[in-house]
Formats: sequence, C-alpha cells, structure tokens
Amino acid sequence: MCLAIPGLVESIVIVDDLKMAKVNFGGIRRTACLEYTPDASAGDYVLVHVGFAISVIDEKEAKETYEILAASGEMDEFINDVDAAKVGEK
Amino acid sequence: MKYLDEFRDLKLAQNLSSRIKRITSKPWKIMEVCGGQTHTILQYGLEDLLPAQIELLHGPGCPVCVTPMELINKAIAIARTPGTIFCSFGDMLRVPGDKGDLLQAKAQGAEIRTVYSPLDALNIARNNPDKRVVFFAVGFETTAPANAMAVHQAKKLNIRNFFLLCSHVTVPPVMAAILDSSENQVQAFLGPGHVCSVMGWKEYEEISKHYNVPIVISGFEPIDILTGVLHCVKQLESGKAFAENRYARAVSVSGNKSAQNILHEVFEEGDRLWRGLGAIPKSGYKLNENYKEYDAEKEFLVEAVNTQESSLCISGEILKGLKKPWQCSAFGKECTPENPLGATMVSSEGTCATYYKFGKTQVKQEGDLSLV
Ligand code: SF4
Repeated sequence: MCLAIPGLVESIVIVDDLKMAKVNFGGIRRTACLEYTPDASAGDYVLVHVGFAISVIDEKEAKETYEILAASGEMDEFINDVDAAKVGEK
Repeated sequence: MKYLDEFRDLKLAQNLSSRIKRITSKPWKIMEVCGGQTHTILQYGLEDLLPAQIELLHGPGCPVCVTPMELINKAIAIARTPGTIFCSFGDMLRVPGDKGDLLQAKAQGAEIRTVYSPLDALNIARNNPDKRVVFFAVGFETTAPANAMAVHQAKKLNIRNFFLLCSHVTVPPVMAAILDSSENQVQAFLGPGHVCSVMGWKEYEEISKHYNVPIVISGFEPIDILTGVLHCVKQLESGKAFAENRYARAVSVSGNKSAQNILHEVFEEGDRLWRGLGAIPKSGYKLNENYKEYDAEKEFLVEAVNTQESSLCISGEILKGLKKPWQCSAFGKECTPENPLGATMVSSEGTCATYYKFGKTQVKQEGDLSLV
C-alpha cells in the first residue's frame, strides 16, 4: 500500500486552492496533488502515492547512486578477474 | 521508464549479489519493514541472489494487514447505515471482518466506492450533500498526509458531510516493539523508504543508537533492496550499527516539511491496536481536537464487535519475523487469498499472500524445514 511510483509532471493547474498536476507514468496519465512538493514544476519526476506527490526525485542523486553502484560493480568484476587469474596461476 | 529501469538492472543486481556474497562470513537476519519491499523480494526472487547465511525476515509494514478486525467490523456497520457512502482504497474491501467483508456488504446493497485518492472521496461528499460520506483512512506515515489533506480541505471548503474512519499506524513504535520483544531475532533493518520520504530519517538514527541495530533506509526496486542488504551486511560484519540513507533520490534527512505540517495540523499521536501484534502505545494518528467533528467513530455510534482470530493463524509471529508462512498449517489450505484467515493473508502486500502468489511454499535453504 505504500507503493509510490515515479511519474513525469506534465502540466499544473490550481483546483480549490490546491496545486494539482497531470502526471505521466510511462504513458498512463493521472492527476496528482502537488501540495506537498510545492517546488515541483513541469518536467520534474515526482514520486506519487494515493494521488499525492510525496517527493520530487532528485535526479542528481538518482544518477549518482546508479553510477557509483555500476562503477563499483565494474570494480568488483575487475577484482573477480584478478582473483580468477591468481587461482589460475597456482 | 526513467528512474525505474535503472534500478531493475539485472547485471547490476548480479554484481551486488557477488559483492554481498564476498563480504558475508556469518549468518545474519535482516528485516525489511515494508510490505512493498517484501513484494519486490519475492517477485524478483532476490533471496536466491543472497548467500544462504542471510535470512530476510518480513516485517509488519502492510497497513491493510495490521488494521484490527474490530475496525473492519465497524467499517462494515457504517457502510450498511442508510444514507451513507463508504469510500475506501481497493485493498481494504476484501479484508474479512466478523460477518463477511466490505465487498459482500456492497453486493448486499451498501453504497461502497473504491477511490484512488482521499481527495476523490472528498469530491464524492461534495457531489452528494444529502449523504454522509465516510473515507476509510488507513495507512502509515506515507499515506497519512494525503488523508490529512482531505479533512483539511473539507474544513476549508466547509464540507460537513465528510468523515474519516481512522486507522493510521506509524513505523518507529512497531520497530521498537519488535526489538523490545524477548524473542527478537532481527539484527538489522531495511528502513521504510517512502515513510522516510515524508518523515525523514532522524527517528531511525535514534532507534539505531538506542538498540545498537543497523538501519539502512532503502527503496523498493530490486537494486534498492540489494544495496540495502549490502550495507546492512557491511555494518553487521564490521560490528557497527548506525542509520544510513540509501534511497537518497527520494529521501532527505528531515523529510517532507509541507506534508509533516498538515499531518500535525490535523492529527495527534494515539495508541493503536495492531492486528496480529496487539496494542502498541503511541503507534498511530487520530484526529485532534480541532478536527474531531470529522471523526466517523464519533458520528456513527456503531458497536465495536471484537472477533477472535482463527486459532490456526500464526500471523503475529510472522509479523515479528519469527516464523515464515510455510510454517503455518493452514497456509494454502484453509487459508488462501480468496479465503484469508489472518492478517498477513488479507492484503496483496501481506507476507502470507505474497508467498502464496509467488508459489513460495517451502524454503530451499539447507537445514530448514520443508513442508511440501
Ligand atoms: S497462512 Fe493464513 S492462517 Fe496461516 S499465518 Fe498466514 S494468514 Fe494466518
């Protein structure tokens, strides 16, 4: 139930004083309330739960997390290769 | 899709798997708090990517599962009251109470509507001024701000026929309850990512320090879970225990201030009964003095019928990570998602339902009991 899905903010309107947005989830569009992410604007990715954006996805953090993981992954492969080479030497 | 595909990368998952295997020297038990994380673990078979010494315990983080049966009975009684429209998230409709579930009440004529957002329920109230509209407000800290906004708007727009039936629960008190239990087996936690998007993760630093337990705030994609496990094992293997945030793309240290403000404007802390776990002090939210006229329990004076759980059900032990579903004699026999006997089978995110869905009827690891 705490499922929250990233979606792209496409447009924003004010309804009953609430900041509401059309959010695109991989082709499926739904309305979401942006009151809790007042800084979100069109083009941002937000994490939406029960019709409310609960955070703007920090693109820089997302990219860094992924790149660091992927890079240390390569490092591991390198270590694996070195280990394998050592085993081979014996 | 952006920010999904990257965190489902199979090659990266395998890399993380080999890193975890390389640093694991002892057996460790790690609990993921959220039902959504449990679902990812089973859906992607992530346990198969972990060394046999690591056991994942599935925690109590499914709000549908832990909603007490007494409240389901109340919900059904309110829904059956003439002149009422009862609104709920879809997953609550099939939770059995004393005499059937909300879906059955609907088939028998009660006006029950499934909504996607609490604001939809508020709109129903606005469009039906001659009816009393009740929203079944369940959820953890992730959901509570959305429910709070619906009441906040009702007050602002002077909508007087809208009520909440509240069953809000909070994560830190239940983690503390698990750690306080003399039978506790949990050695580290994957922290609840989306709860922390709202609340930040300071509370988890306190728990980590107080109980000397590693807590790694984690997301919900396979890479998020494996990263969480990796950092738990790193801490455990080096004898350290601190809280760390590995879901930085969605979680900041102090969380979402706007959401917290409305939460505190509308609700106050209250004691809560957890299905399968019992009463936990200060483990939920209820409407505060300023919003008490929106409380469905005050508006509808329905009797609270207390129902006994099936004697076969071990969901209390499952919620604490002490047992696995396949250790329950009723699992997949008397108890199925179509006919759930207990808390953890009632929602699709409950541990028993998740095990059932992914056909996990036995454990593959050596030394474990196999029932099938
Ligand atoms: S399988 Fe059913 S009866 Fe057994 S513990 Fe799970 S919910 Fe309870």
